[in-house]
Amino acid sequence: MKHLLSTADLSRDEAIGVLDTAAQMAATQSREIKKLPTLRGRTVVNLFFEDSTRTRISFETAAKRLSADVINFSAKGSSVSKGESLKDTALTLHAMGADAVVVRHWASGAPAQLAHAGWLDAAILNAGDGTHMHPTQALLDAYTIRRHLAGPGAPRGGAGDEGVGADLAGIRVAIVGDVLHSRVARANVRLLHTLGAEVTLVSPPTLLPVGVHTWPCRTSYDLDATLAGWQPDAVMMLRVQRERMSGGSGAFFPSPLEYTRYFGLDARRLALLGDHAIVMHPGPMNRGLEISAEAADSDRAVIVEQVANGVAVRMAALYLLLSGTTEGISL
Amino acid sequence: MHAGTGMPGTPEDPTTSAPDADGTVVLGASDVARALTRIAHEIVERAKGAQDVVLLGIPTRGVTLAARLAERLAAIDPDFDPTRDVGELDVTMYRDDLRRQPTRAVGVTRLPAAGIEGKTVVLVDDVLYSGRTIRAALDAIGDLGRPRAVRLAALVDRGHRELPIRPDFVGKNLPTATSERVRVRLAEVDGEDAVLISGRSSGDAGEGRR
Repeated sequence: MKHLLSTADLSRDEAIGVLDTAAQMAATQSREIKKLPTLRGRTVVNLFFEDSTRTRISFETAAKRLSADVINFSAKGSSVSKGESLKDTALTLHAMGADAVVVRHWASGAPAQLAHAGWLDAAILNAGDGTHMHPTQALLDAYTIRRHLAGPGAPRGGAGDEGVGADLAGIRVAIVGDVLHSRVARANVRLLHTLGAEVTLVSPPTLLPVGVHTWPCRTSYDLDATLAGWQPDAVMMLRVQRERMSGGSGAFFPSPLEYTRYFGLDARRLALLGDHAIVMHPGPMNRGLEISAEAADSDRAVIVEQVANGVAVRMAALYLLLSGTTEGISL
Repeated sequence: MHAGTGMPGTPEDPTTSAPDADGTVVLGASDVARALTRIAHEIVERAKGAQDVVLLGIPTRGVTLAARLAERLAAIDPDFDPTRDVGELDVTMYRDDLRRQPTRAVGVTRLPAAGIEGKTVVLVDDVLYSGRTIRAALDAIGDLGRPRAVRLAALVDRGHRELPIRPDFVGKNLPTATSERVRVRLAEVDGEDAVLISGRSSGDAGEGRR
């Protein structure tokens, strides 16, 4: 593994390897001294062309916990706002000796371009590109699901061994909401399928992308029927991405209120789920739109834990990409 | 069992270091058992009892050896609880050769519930060679707490130290050439107890840590 660009590139064994490494990283984060000397002297650049708080902070925390030096580069207030091209930015980072570049870009495929154009030889980590992929988010979601639902010790409902070594075979995950604009959904569908989970996308027809029938998942327009009839083990609510909806939120559904009534997760819908089921959200949440405060704050919600797991997963990704010789890397 | 090869400083006989898969047995099952029993007694003697002793095995075979030592310590001193006072210490993220080797999988670190603060920690490894693994382990321990003392037990000391580190308890001192490979096989992992030494047919310096 030289870059982490897409969850579609990960084999089952590689994905489990990342999750197992993340489990060990998470174990170190309960210690009094959380910092490890592992990536001392390496430089990680956070290159963010799009607003992000939690992903950037999560990557920054992960890199610092591994003793790497972190340089934050955001497009706003930088040379990019003066019209610098991605190539020239990349050449600058190369000249500064970046060992890894964490890229968030509004254009799908920008991280792949950086990885393969030969502008710089750093490891590229995709931190979200357009509506394409967000691999570390999918990995942290899979890690959270595995911690709660998988593992030989307890098939459902919290494994004592954190599910190390296990995949997600047979676990049912419903991904609900704005699939069309969601790189989180795309990344999760690929990864969860690779790990053996079953996925159902629940969304209004206007928010399902063209070609969704080729994805390895089912689709539904009816949240109540999916929750009651299919009994998912995990429900992942997606953020309604108003900033990507030209013409305001009215362009894809008649009104926010109607969206909430048909596709919002509230206490009544939560009660349709089994006792072991968990509620997830990649954040930031629109409380009252796709998820009610009751659902977000219930003890089924693992939304805050997802953030903590994000640091462990990103530590694992940085460790696996940056330690070791560049030749012959194996997980 | 007799040491077939490797007098100190003497190049080993090329006829015995032919491309043999298994190598020469230098310690058999009973030798390993006797060495561990002696080390256990030495640990208790040195610590004047075993009530504050914590065994930390270094994966993978150090963990197995630590578990065996724990049984013997419990037999010598009932104050020692072989389930409570034993842990494992993965040093992967503290190694100084991470950039020179293929990426290593990170192992499990498990400490006794009471921690290592104020205890006498005995690190347990199978083969002591360059000392770099132990250096990494000492760094790892420094991040985990402040033991009263740290000691080192190794089943085999094959020499060629690259750092000022010495063992406190040794099963067998085994003079070797750097081209030779020393392997510890344990029943729990490999199906038999033995220490093998194989010739210069495969590997050079850098191998033989495991």
